[in-house]
This record gives sequence, structure tokens and C-alpha cells, in this order.
Amino acid sequence: MGTAPHINWTALSVFIFFFALVTVMGFLASRWQRGSGEAHLDEWGLGGRRFGTWITWFLVGGDFYTAYTVIAVPALVYAVGAYGFFALPYTILVYPIVFCIMPRLWRVAHKAGHVTAADVVYARFKSRPLELAIAATGVLATMPYIALQLVGMEVVIKALGLTGELPLTAAFVILALYTYSAGLRAPALIAFVKDLMIYIVVLVAVVLVPMKLGGYGMVFAKAGAAFDAKGGATGLLLKPSQYLPYATLALGSALAAFMYPHTLTGIFAANGENTIRKNAIYLPAYTLLLGLIALLGYMAWAADVHPATPNDTVPALFNALFPSWFTGFAFSAIAIGALVPAAVMSIGAANLFTRNFWKAYVNPQVSPQGEAKVAKIVSLVVKFGALVFIIFVPTQYALDLQLLGGLWILQTFPSVVFGLFFNWFRGTSLLIGWVAGLGIGSWMAISDGVKPVHTFMIGGDPYAMYTGLFALGVNIVVAVVVQLVLSMFKPSGAQGVASRA
Amino acid sequence: MRILLLLPFFGLLWVPFYNQATPELFGFPFFYWYQLLWVPVTAALTWIAFRATRNEGDE
Repeated sequence: MGTAPHINWTALSVFIFFFALVTVMGFLASRWQRGSGEAHLDEWGLGGRRFGTWITWFLVGGDFYTAYTVIAVPALVYAVGAYGFFALPYTILVYPIVFCIMPRLWRVAHKAGHVTAADVVYARFKSRPLELAIAATGVLATMPYIALQLVGMEVVIKALGLTGELPLTAAFVILALYTYSAGLRAPALIAFVKDLMIYIVVLVAVVLVPMKLGGYGMVFAKAGAAFDAKGGATGLLLKPSQYLPYATLALGSALAAFMYPHTLTGIFAANGENTIRKNAIYLPAYTLLLGLIALLGYMAWAADVHPATPNDTVPALFNALFPSWFTGFAFSAIAIGALVPAAVMSIGAANLFTRNFWKAYVNPQVSPQGEAKVAKIVSLVVKFGALVFIIFVPTQYALDLQLLGGLWILQTFPSVVFGLFFNWFRGTSLLIGWVAGLGIGSWMAISDGVKPVHTFMIGGDPYAMYTGLFALGVNIVVAVVVQLVLSMFKPSGAQGVASRA
Repeated sequence: MRILLLLPFFGLLWVPFYNQATPELFGFPFFYWYQLLWVPVTAALTWIAFRATRNEGDE
């Protein structure tokens, strides 16, 4: 059944034990792998840029596959079936993209000491407006994402039988304090624990649950029967009208994924180009895990669990099938899984604010120590803002904003990436492309009632696709056209200062 | 060798090709195990591309 209002003491004790463990680790993390200049933004915000292959694997894995993913992907699969699986092609295709782009971005950033994507863009195009556009997009897209991590945490806290805002607030205050003191090292160290716990939970669940339910054949059969009864655009296979949305959501999300400040922070913190390339090979292990997590949505049908809302699917399934101690372990894995991305996201947003707003407009003379001080305070403000948002504003707003955030961050792709490969674009054309993509994409998504997919009528036939990817197309076309026009007046590539650095 | 990295895009973005229930594998409809299979395949292709990059002397 759904979430009972009584407190599950065994599960709660296990939960508190693991939460306390990572809290201690978070505070001790400031002494881990410490470099020379400790009050430097490179140290606080990028962990000294010394993370090797394994640390990067745990950090990016822990940061990209968030707690909200563990809750929301099975919830979508439970609600609609095959369509929810677009997360799988998305998180497969993202790695060839990372492999081709991110080592180059890392090299540019490392050479010049850039901390954010907007730093790279400013150095390349010498355009303050474009830098500000990239930085503002990053911060705006990240804020609702942090709020969603809180939603993930709230769901498991509720499933433990705790009520009120106090547990969530307490968890977040602890997170804020150790991120403040240890910076990126805290989530990097906690990611080890979090990822191992999630792996254990998911492997146990995907082996034991089907055994209890009569095998995977039975799981799929029961879920299929449930969708047949439910009708609509649900089912174990896609409807033909869902082909294009499925493919465009996968591709668009894959292009957007490593434009977010939190994923880029993981890239910039790596100690070398090959660290990133190796991670593009090893990180898909998490994608396999995600595919299995998604199947929890079908297992809920097979186990006859009827969650109150789709987001309660995973907690309700675990409460129904597992002993209390294991439920407590699983819930703490999910809650800790919220801490890692929330910490990295707030650090990424703080880095952007410090480098591309504070240093650019308020105090250009700021020292690296001063930068670290500003970033630490901003990380507190960002987290506090997310907490207030989630407590006082309906969750749906956070979901809507996160969806728009994905569309927005995708519009930074040309500015961040094209400059690495071509010497043709100038800042002005990319900025106008960004404005066009952001404007048209937001307008379409909002007039559709904040839905990710827009339906175009072409020759009387409906074609639906991911609005963000369409907006990216507009963005690129506008940038190319403006650049062509500009090139007629000035020879192209005239200001290619650090062209292929 | 980077051209190999285009294969997963063809394999996964042409949805009608794999949107079917059969053949099943371990109880999984084709739609599911086909996409899951692309995870190790893509990792292997990336590994090949990585080896080739290293032999070129890290660009």
C-alpha cells in the first residue's frame, strides 16, 4: 500500500546511521587530497583540479544520475511505460558526445585557469554580454534542479513516516555547512558511499524482486496488461506518434546534459584529458544501472503496489517487498543520492556567479582568495533559495522550471562548443542565436502548457518533437545567418585570437 | 575511428527499427534488451576510438 503515516523505527535508525556517516565524511573531506593554496577558488570550487579517473567516475556518476532520477524515471515508466525509457538512449548517447567535446573544453579551461563554461566563452569571444548570457542560463537552469533533489529527498523522508518540513530542513542545513567548508571535495568523497549504496540497492532489487514476482517475463506481462487496461498513450511499446518525441528527447537531453554547471564542474575538476576520455568509456556502467532502475516502474505493477502518486512508486515498492532494515538502507541511498548533486549544483552555480558576475561587474580586482569567499557564501544562498522554494511553492512549479531549464541550457551549446572547433563564429552571432532559441523555445513550451514536446502540423499531419531540440535548430540557423551577414562587412575569423588553443 | 561513435546514434534514434516485442531475451521484450545492449556496445566503440586517439599521440 501507499505511505503509512506511522514511523518505521528500524528503517529510520538505519537511515540516520548512514546519514550521520556521510555528514562526518563531508566535514572531514576538506582535509582530503588538499593542495597548496587552500583558500583559492580552484581548491574550493574544483577540488584543486586533481581528480583522477576513479574519483571523477564516482563524482560525475553521483552527480549526473541524481536522486530525482531514481524517483522520477521509474515513476514515468510506471505511469506511461516505454516512453519513459527515453532516459536510456539519452544516457547512452551522451558519452560519445562527452568523448568528442569535453577533452578539448578541459584543455582550454586548464591552460587558462577557467573555472566555468562562461569563462571559456568570454576568453574565446571577448563578449561580456555573451558571457553573462551563458552564466545566467546556467544559474537559472540549475536552481530548479537543486529544488528537485529536495523533492527526491522529501519522498523518501515521507516514506519513512516522518512528517513536516523539519527533517528536510535539517538535512539541508547539514549539507550546506559541509559544502561551505569542504567545497567540491565533500560531494566527491560522499559520492563513493552514495554510489556503492545505490549499486547494492539496485542490484538486490533487480535480482530479488523478479524472483518474488515470478521472473521478468511475468513482470513485463503484468505491466503490459495494466497498460492495456489503462489505455491512452501507454504500453510496453511506443505508439508510432511517440517515435519522434522519443528520439528527439533522447538526443536533445544528451546534448544538454554536459552543458549544466554541475556536470561541467565534474569535467573541469578532472586532472587530465584522458581522465575524461576514460570516463566516457566507464560511466555507461551507470546507464546500465539506470535502465534497471527504470524497470522498477514495471515491478510496481507486477507487485500490485498502488502508489499515491507516481513519485511514490519506488518507496512504495520497497516498503511492500523488503524488510525494514533494507528499506532504510535503500532510502538513505536515495537521500544521500540527493546530497551529492545538490552540493555540486550549488558549487557550479556559485562558481558562475563569482567568476562571471562578481569578478566581471562588481569587483574585477578580486583575488583568488576573495573569489573563494564569495563563492562559498553564494553556495549557501543558492541552497537556501532552493529550500524555501520547495517548502513554500507548489512542487509542480519546480518541475515546470526544471523542464524549461533543460530547454534553456541546451541553447548554450553553440556558444560553448562551436568556439572549440570552428574559428568562424563571432560572439554577436552566437548571442543573437541564443536569444532566438531561448525566446522561441520558451514561448512554444509555455504556450503548450509547459510540456516538453511540441506538435507541428505539416501538410495536415501532426509531427511532435522535443521543443528544446527545435529551439536549438533555430538557434544555430540564426547564428549562421547573422554570421554570414556580419562576414559580408568584415572578413571572417578576423578576431580569432586564441583560435585553436 | 571516431566515425564509429556515430553508430549508436543510428542504432538508437531510428526508433521504428526496434519498437517491437520479439524476439524476447530472458523475458525482456526486444525493445528493452536491444537498447540495454547498446550500453556495452557504445562503451566498446568508445574504447576503440580512445585507443586510436592514443596511438595518434594525443592529438
